[in-house]
Amino acid sequence: MVDDAPRVTMASDRPLLVRMASNNRAAIGTIAVFLVMMAIFFAANPRVFSDWRIYSAVLTTLPVTLFLVVPMVFIVTVGEIDLSFPAVMGFSCWVFSLVVQAGFDPWLGLFAGILTGMALGAAIGTIVVYGGLSSLVATLGLNYLIRGAILIATSGKSIALVGVRDTSAYQVLANTVGGFPLQMMWAVVFVAIATILYNRHKFGARIKAVGDNPDGAAQMGINTRHIRVYAFVFTGLGAALAGIFSTMINFTWWPTAGDAYLLPTLAAVFVGGTPTWGGIGTVVGGAFGGLIVSFIQVGIVSAGLDGFYVQFFSGLIIILALLGHRWNQIRYR
Amino acid sequence: MLLGDVMADRLIELHNIKKSYGSVFALGGVSLHVDRGEVIGLIGDNGAGKSTLIKILAGAVRPNSGDILVRSAKVTDWNPHRSRDAGIETVFQDRALAVQQSIVRNIFMGREITTAFGFLDARRERSEAERLMREIGFTSKVFTPDSIVGQLSGGERQGIAIARAIYNQAELIILDEPTTALSLTETEKVFRFVRSVRESGRSILFIGHNIHHVFDIADRFIVLDRGRVALELCKAEAGTAENLISFMERIAHPAAGMGVLPSSAVGGI
Repeated sequence: MVDDAPRVTMASDRPLLVRMASNNRAAIGTIAVFLVMMAIFFAANPRVFSDWRIYSAVLTTLPVTLFLVVPMVFIVTVGEIDLSFPAVMGFSCWVFSLVVQAGFDPWLGLFAGILTGMALGAAIGTIVVYGGLSSLVATLGLNYLIRGAILIATSGKSIALVGVRDTSAYQVLANTVGGFPLQMMWAVVFVAIATILYNRHKFGARIKAVGDNPDGAAQMGINTRHIRVYAFVFTGLGAALAGIFSTMINFTWWPTAGDAYLLPTLAAVFVGGTPTWGGIGTVVGGAFGGLIVSFIQVGIVSAGLDGFYVQFFSGLIIILALLGHRWNQIRYR
Repeated sequence: MLLGDVMADRLIELHNIKKSYGSVFALGGVSLHVDRGEVIGLIGDNGAGKSTLIKILAGAVRPNSGDILVRSAKVTDWNPHRSRDAGIETVFQDRALAVQQSIVRNIFMGREITTAFGFLDARRERSEAERLMREIGFTSKVFTPDSIVGQLSGGERQGIAIARAIYNQAELIILDEPTTALSLTETEKVFRFVRSVRESGRSILFIGHNIHHVFDIADRFIVLDRGRVALELCKAEAGTAENLISFMERIAHPAAGMGVLPSSAVGGI
């Protein structure tokens, strides 16, 4: 008790690489799962998996998943969940499609769609947070409500946007250049910005603080309600981008746009290594979780298995990944 | 000593604070003062009014009557904001720490050091955290400012909470039962932090059940009993922890005790 040498340190003397690996163990675990999975697929069918086309096919639609998964990591970290993003995605790209269909430039449609998504996110966040509702149940209900509104208003009719291919927005955002889909580049930019926001910005720090100990965060002067609502606004932004890219890739808007993404997106977040209890998470891990979920389906069929095996192996990989993360991660209380 | 010197040392003063919840009296006219650089042990049974007193100091509860003076100046409209401005910070055992986050993130929670556009200034936060940890005497060969708080022991977590209070410019740190449920070694760690804080000229209000703990660390003792200050004396007057305990027993059971209370003890009975 007496040696009061004024030193604080010293685990920082560990090599930088070791520290980085330890700080990112969940993300590294997810990447490892992805590599093992790809190695198995490759061994099962080397011919298909050494062909660029299969990767190009996945990379065409993967961005949609990434725009959804990344904000979901923020929501789960702050201690909430959002099941309304499929309907927000459908609604935002509906607005985008209406603007484009009316003859306006898709850039304007993009702007309108993003604004719609963020406004819906703000409304959903406000209802959940200030209404003191369980986000699980409330967003489930809001998903039905918004989707229902779309179906009532459109009578279930889709919108074709054939002319979008010749616009500058499509050329910049969703064209395929030399076999590489440009939307993938934008998705990577989005993941990179979100990673910085999550790890190096005040916003990410407060998201984690609120998710970790809401009472403590409030006591330290953080407006926990604002932070929660911002997380929902961010989800709305991601959902809007996902919807707009998906509409541009398909040249069509469907009233059900987004519905199919609900469960794969949630699976990707947790497969990616973000735990369910809040306070911590990994954006890069979530992105690789999205990659895993996207490749499972293509991979299993290409590996020569029947389509009936898809669900079984999807489930198997999800469970194995979760068990891996549980072993890899300590929960501090 | 000149009057001016005395005034300069006064940090917080409470004059005749009364608080009742409906017909139940929580505090029936409490007067006390905290000077700069002293550790006060606040002792009292459940229901003595300790928590009401803390809440009043934190501005969370409004007294029905009485005055609050900060550095000898009367403060009207006392509220949590005024309390913070006065430099009063309450550290609740374990409760306000985010245990899955690093020491740095906990110290700067809600008051991050940022560069332009709200990006975290990791280098400055880290060096500031190291400085604060040194200041409170948090020395460890294992932990760095980047260590996760969940890895720390109970006493060390108290230290992080105290370091955070200092960063938030606390002049008076209220420690609410800081050593309850802590082992002897952990208690010793908390004591070391408290002594370092006192050496830096800040004051501590140490609330505890264990009289021996409070006796070891405090310079002055205030005993609350049924909403009144039943006893106030400094360590020299009390002499030993056993004396303090016997004084307190006499307060609780006046008929049983035959001894004389020290002359400076202000009676509420």
